[in-house]
Amino acid sequence: MTEKSPNQISDDLLRPLFQTSWKFFALVAFLGVFVVAAFASFGYQVYTGIGVWGIRRPVFWAFDITNFVFWIGISHAGTLISAILRLANATWRRPVTRCAEVITVFALSIGAMFPIIHLGRPWLAFWLIPYGSERQIWPNFRSPLVWDFFAINTYLIGSVAFLTLPIIPDWALVRDKAKGWRKRVYSILALGWRGTPKQWSRLETAMRIMAIAIIPVAVSVHTIVSWDFAMAPVPMWHSTIFGPYFVAGAIFSGIAGLIIAMAALRKFLHLEEYLLPIHFDNLGKLLLMMSLLWFYFVLAERLTAWYGNAPSEMAVFWSTQEGSYAPLFWTMVACNFLIPFPILAIKRLRTITGTVIASLGVVVGMWLERFLIIVPSLSRKFSPYSWGTYQPTWVEITLLVGTFAGMVLLYALFSKAVPIISIWELKVGMQKKSVVSSQLSVVSYGKAQKADTPLANEAAKS
Amino acid sequence: MKTVKAIYGLYNDPDSAQGAVDALRAAKVELRDLAIISSEPFEEYEFGRLDHRTPMPWLAALGGLMGGVSGFLLAVLTQKSYPLATGGMPIVTLWANGIITYELTMLGAILTTLFTLLVAARIPDWRAKIYDPAVSEGKILVGVVNPREESRVELKRRLSEAGAAETKEVG
Repeated sequence: MTEKSPNQISDDLLRPLFQTSWKFFALVAFLGVFVVAAFASFGYQVYTGIGVWGIRRPVFWAFDITNFVFWIGISHAGTLISAILRLANATWRRPVTRCAEVITVFALSIGAMFPIIHLGRPWLAFWLIPYGSERQIWPNFRSPLVWDFFAINTYLIGSVAFLTLPIIPDWALVRDKAKGWRKRVYSILALGWRGTPKQWSRLETAMRIMAIAIIPVAVSVHTIVSWDFAMAPVPMWHSTIFGPYFVAGAIFSGIAGLIIAMAALRKFLHLEEYLLPIHFDNLGKLLLMMSLLWFYFVLAERLTAWYGNAPSEMAVFWSTQEGSYAPLFWTMVACNFLIPFPILAIKRLRTITGTVIASLGVVVGMWLERFLIIVPSLSRKFSPYSWGTYQPTWVEITLLVGTFAGMVLLYALFSKAVPIISIWELKVGMQKKSVVSSQLSVVSYGKAQKADTPLANEAAKS
Repeated sequence: MKTVKAIYGLYNDPDSAQGAVDALRAAKVELRDLAIISSEPFEEYEFGRLDHRTPMPWLAALGGLMGGVSGFLLAVLTQKSYPLATGGMPIVTLWANGIITYELTMLGAILTTLFTLLVAARIPDWRAKIYDPAVSEGKILVGVVNPREESRVELKRRLSEAGAAETKEVG
């Protein structure tokens, strides 16, 4: 980034909040059509019954649960990555963290809807809650689905706090710059923030504690989602590798989602001077690492199943290698490994365009992976007489498309209400850079052997 | 935002803001009467580290402990209220309850941190406080709240001499 004054940074990053072109309204209308269609298809399902879905015995989990696992996975883009980079004190994180944290909150909210939608009769969801059981309901409070409830809600609450707290100083900035109704709204949102040393100190301490707390929660969330499957004695599900396999897959798809979101923000909000090629390059390297890790897990899982040669597992195994699910399986391998690997491994190809192409592949590939974990295992259970097939209906496909449109819509609306890059954190980054460079110049001028401040030492080492 | 009775200077850079803080201290201004406001934290400067000790990490740990105990009790008491043996599994099972205990431990720590921040940073608070919108343009506000009438001239002189781009009196 070319050296900019703090005022220029504020003006650049607040511009999307104060200026809205017709293109934004056109985008909202376009996405809104898909979201309305998704709500309509859900309404149709509620009115007609779950017969309008493609699920039939024995495949009782399909698109809804695939969407659930996929969106919970995408949610790992944000808070987890942001927290790790924050604790690692990675200076390049500053323009990236908020873009990432927003993904977590919206993806979790979308993902968490699906177990309720999947109930088929969502108005009876309260049957799951422990309440006076005059009707002799039979709840199992030791079910892994109960763990999901606690894990997802903890992650959602933590992620909302992790996203919102650093926004407060930026809302105060908007409050001071805005006029009219915006000033009144942002005055309320800023909570009377002024920026005293005590407030800054407490905010930074709180963010450090939350970063420490949120990382194990994020890992636990997708581990628990994997245990929804691994705890069941279903072929290819009952595996100890599922916890780390799901977590790695979640981070993989999350980084891909983040790269796509950042590229879109860079283009449409004209943030070329803030979201730099180096950010995409660094995230591309992370994506490459996760692609290799994903391939390793898939290989480990498949090889173990193949070598064990258990009939029930082999039925599922061959259905994905050579059978009816093979086209989806090999598309998944291409999208998650064969295409992204060369793009991300070759430095010349690891450009913004390259990382976006790789990420789009990964998003498609990871959705397919979730589908291929769930459906083939259910359609080829132990007894061949109970085998079945699954084909999605227009209702399920509309709902799936609607979730993607809904995610983009929420993201677009958020970027009009909140600076999508944390302004104060960006300024702190520039401030630290100037302090380090001034300390280094002092050190070099005095021909000192060793810098006498921690920052200068750190910079001198690097 | 409404303001209170105060005298303050607006500084373009943290070095002169630090000078102003030192000058006000030399004039025997109490720490509690000192007002420093900026649009970003300045950890490298002494004025940015004033009053930075906090029991927040310990309170978070305590919150986590309370959350964990609550989670464990919630799981155990719920299972005992519905004593249905499912699949031959025990009614109260530590393996399964450990996960709920763990999640609520983390939730307790997160919520306690959030609550502690709100209390310690005194937000939300929309009451009248010393503030100047110029802070959002990068200026650093250093001043004295409720200064004594006889010391106003002296304080204003010290703030100016420290390099204030502008000095103001309000209230």
